Amino acid sequence: MDLLSIALSIILDLLSAGFMLAGVGFVLAGTIGVMRLPDFYTRMHAAGVTDTLGAELIIIGLVIQAGFTLVAAKLLLLGFFLFLTSPTATHAVANAAYKAGLAPMLSRFKPPHPRDAGKGEG
Amino acid sequence: MIGYLDFVIALALAGAMAVMLTRLCLGPSLYDRILAVNSFGTKTVLFLSVFAIMVGRADGVDIALLYALINFIATIAILKFFRYRSLDVALSQMTKRIDQVEGGQ
Amino acid sequence: MRWNWVYGATLVVVLGVLWLVLSGFWYKPLLVGFGVLAVIIALVLTVRMGLLDDESAPFSQIISFARYWVWLGAEIVKANIYVVKVSLKPDLDIQPVLIRVPVTARSGLGRATFANSITLTPGTVTLAVEEDAFLVHSLTEELADPAAFADMGERVNIAAHESEKA
Repeated sequence: MDLLSIALSIILDLLSAGFMLAGVGFVLAGTIGVMRLPDFYTRMHAAGVTDTLGAELIIIGLVIQAGFTLVAAKLLLLGFFLFLTSPTATHAVANAAYKAGLAPMLSRFKPPHPRDAGKGEG
Repeated sequence: MIGYLDFVIALALAGAMAVMLTRLCLGPSLYDRILAVNSFGTKTVLFLSVFAIMVGRADGVDIALLYALINFIATIAILKFFRYRSLDVALSQMTKRIDQVEGGQ
Repeated sequence: MRWNWVYGATLVVVLGVLWLVLSGFWYKPLLVGFGVLAVIIALVLTVRMGLLDDESAPFSQIISFARYWVWLGAEIVKANIYVVKVSLKPDLDIQPVLIRVPVTARSGLGRATFANSITLTPGTVTLAVEEDAFLVHSLTEELADPAAFADMGERVNIAAHESEKA
């Protein structure tokens, strides 16, 4: 019986670790995207990656760690609020930028790779 | 053992927050900056929750919850201010004002 | 008029549960009393502002929306992986497009859900809400697929009980 509970706690730890590592991976990928992409509207998409999947996965991981407690309920509530407010905030920023006349870049964006640029010169 | 993982994840989130601050400083347009602030706030909320679970103090989650709501309201308030140059516009008159502004253009 | 009681009752239950979860005081009479007072004040303010309707207590369609959210969750995961792949590719190659997505939903709830769903799936963001269409900015041409948007709109209509198929 004791062995079973130890095994269960290890499984829960691994599950939580998996969720949180995946979540933090999405957060970092979104952050890199925000730095790399060329204009405001495209950066917005990268920021959305963080806001949706990254945040929810980290919160699920924390809920598994917290177990069946009040803290877990609060974390779920936090995830629910983020799920509702983040698209609204993104839409508000995008709509404000669009109404203010910030023109979206609509051409194909493909910067020359440093490797290709070197080749062209050589 | 899971405590170390929480530490690493909190560190990674802090790094992501630092990168967001660079975007906040670089961001060519106003909206890039607002987006960076909003994204920074989301990461702060996640950092606070991870930190609260890491040190075992449940109060941190309350603060994170509060921060999430204030972050959203602050974003909307900043956008409203930059759109109308005033916070003194009733929500029910917003659409009317938008129509007037767009009709005038 | 009769439905107002249902809306009020659901609002009271939800606010009460919210208060109990957030405060964590289940047994101290004084603090629970404050919670009861807070819920009553919130309810009175809602009624006085004339906000007590299906929109402020949208719990009648919660089951169909739960089914919709499960589907939306899968879509969000797929779109996330796609956007991460695109934005982390060593040689960045994107083609942002603006498209107009026709909207058939008439109710505020259906329209808001559709617009929020489009924004929630990474790679597409609703820029402007118009009379019978949304202006959507998409990261690549691949994501701006009218058939996929039509499918999502149909599912929203089913969830918000606006479609014949429901």
